[in-house]
Amino acid sequence: MSAAISTSELTKRFPGVLAVDRLHFEVHPGEIFGLVGPDGAGKTTTLRMVAGVLTPDSGSATVAGCDIIHDPEAAKAHISYMPQRFGLYEDLTVDENIHFYADVFGVPRTNREQRSRQLLDAAGMDQFRTRLAGKLSGGMKHKLGLVCALIHRPRVILLDEPTNGVDPVSRRDFWRILYSLLQERIAILMSTAYLDEAERCHRVALLHQGRILFCETPAELKTHIRGAVLSVISPEPRRVRAALGGAEGVLNALLVGDGVHLVVDDAASRIPELRTRMQAAALPFDRLEEVAPTIEDLFVAATSETDGSRT
Amino acid sequence: MRWHRLAAIVRKEILQIRRDLPSLLITVAMPLLLMLGFGYGVSFDIRHIPVYVYDRESSQQSQDFLKRFQASEYFNVMKTVDNYQAVIQALDAGACRLAIVIPVNFSEQLKTGGPVSVQALIDATDNNTANVSISYSEAVVQTYNQQIQLEWLQRHGQARLQPPLKVDARTWFNEDLESTANIVPGVVAIIMAVIGSFLTSLTIAREWERGTMEQLVSTPVTPLELMVGKLVPYFVIGLLDTALCAGMAIWWFEVPFRGQWSVFFLSCTLFLIVVLSLGYFVSVVAKSQLAASQAALIATFLPAFLLSGFIYPIDQMPAVIQVTTHLIPARYFMTIIRDVFLKGTSLPLLLDDLLALALFAVLLTILATRAFQKKLS
Repeated sequence: MSAAISTSELTKRFPGVLAVDRLHFEVHPGEIFGLVGPDGAGKTTTLRMVAGVLTPDSGSATVAGCDIIHDPEAAKAHISYMPQRFGLYEDLTVDENIHFYADVFGVPRTNREQRSRQLLDAAGMDQFRTRLAGKLSGGMKHKLGLVCALIHRPRVILLDEPTNGVDPVSRRDFWRILYSLLQERIAILMSTAYLDEAERCHRVALLHQGRILFCETPAELKTHIRGAVLSVISPEPRRVRAALGGAEGVLNALLVGDGVHLVVDDAASRIPELRTRMQAAALPFDRLEEVAPTIEDLFVAATSETDGSRT
Repeated sequence: MRWHRLAAIVRKEILQIRRDLPSLLITVAMPLLLMLGFGYGVSFDIRHIPVYVYDRESSQQSQDFLKRFQASEYFNVMKTVDNYQAVIQALDAGACRLAIVIPVNFSEQLKTGGPVSVQALIDATDNNTANVSISYSEAVVQTYNQQIQLEWLQRHGQARLQPPLKVDARTWFNEDLESTANIVPGVVAIIMAVIGSFLTSLTIAREWERGTMEQLVSTPVTPLELMVGKLVPYFVIGLLDTALCAGMAIWWFEVPFRGQWSVFFLSCTLFLIVVLSLGYFVSVVAKSQLAASQAALIATFLPAFLLSGFIYPIDQMPAVIQVTTHLIPARYFMTIIRDVFLKGTSLPLLLDDLLALALFAVLLTILATRAFQKKLS
């Protein structure tokens, strides 16, 4: 089975920064492939190049059997690209938005009604068809964006952080629609900054400074985090990190927004030890508990691994 | 070019225009206001120049002479004053533009046949009005002179003396020498330039600003389909605005329309394509609605106002500027619209100007289509 998306040595440079550096990956029909990484890792740039709206500096990419660099227009009929600021016209109704994209992609009127009803049903939006897109809730807008993107039965779907800021119910609808597409042998390439989102993909590539660090299944990805992640909420995170960073059993310490994330070998035994230690050092903290690893934890674990400098 | 994609863009634009009530109101209100503003505001007719008189003699003869100023539609005698100071004050305050001072021995000197000097003090801050004041005053004096000479000759036995030479003037095309007739068709041209480019200057920039462009360029829509699809609805609006302006010119300002409607329609179509494409081009380049609409306004209004022959006749401009005017599409349209309205010129005589407009229309549509790249930069 040939790949729906395949890139080789894909590179894009912006003034002063190498946004995407010799990227090589393949996405197969019926597969959801996740580009995972923090902001600025090169996810959006990669998606834009694959969508044919940004010209790479070097390298090649084939999408739906078409060379996206030399003949982007041929591929565009088979692609659906949903940018972060997806292209909904807020002064058009739900139906009018769907019809616009259906017209643009030349979807015959006979198929259109059935397809849009089916998609809107799945999105739980059937009763909002005459509402202006601008009057929809955030989650609804995202789902409408997806419906518009799917109306012409694309072979490749590119989604840039599609569930960013979406409520849990809409997010569930969103994923249900995505999974239902896999039976149509559609290839989905999406970016996300959330690890729980990445876990829903078949395979993920961890991006760092435009390079792929790992490309594997989410389960494999998580093995890079050995042990558990503890979160310490503290008004003085820097002191906490200094005090606990070198403690026994602590593999890694990472400053996050309101505290410190510690990677430890065993959560059950280390939590009491660390608590005693902080109390002894008179360090103020509000909470110490085990949390699900975030993309940053994974990222720190993965980068320290590739740097060969394990703590 | 695929019909279904073109139709999709056209339909979407129409829906968006219909939902955008303020903009829709602007497209009706702006031509109306501009027509009224320019139609009444811009006038080169100088009439009813305010005049003060200081009659130092106050004789029957001096009053008779001053009545001629009062009788002329060019002058409006506001006030008669009785001292010099008041005259100076009136000129200083701008209460009058012209002050006539009659000397003390006016009638006496006239009788003796000696030359009498009547003083005319003129506010020349506006040199044009000042020049007109001088020549109209001279004309009044001239007729008065003739009458006196005639009376003198008749008293001395010469009957019915005719001046040896006179100009037999017949004014063509604008028989009443009304500047409205010259200006209003020009105003129609200027409004079309401004409105046309303004309308389209927002279209592409709006899509960039609202973030819809990134998805649109990822679809198979071609730059030509996008441009034509966006221009068609605004072309219709532009034609309606033109009809509104032309209707006002004919029925409100009573400017004669002597030409053929077909020629008028053809030239309006070409000119609209020019200005709509120009606005579209600016929108593509600027990517921001504010910058694009301002750039479009400057790029169309100023040349159309200053360099098209609207205010200043092109053949009176310095040679370099005259050459430059050939690059201004409004110049050709200005000629056509004035000729069609006032002269009723038929197609063959306007062919050069129409061809020039057509050339600009083709060039600008190509430029606008080429400028749009289906890429993010």
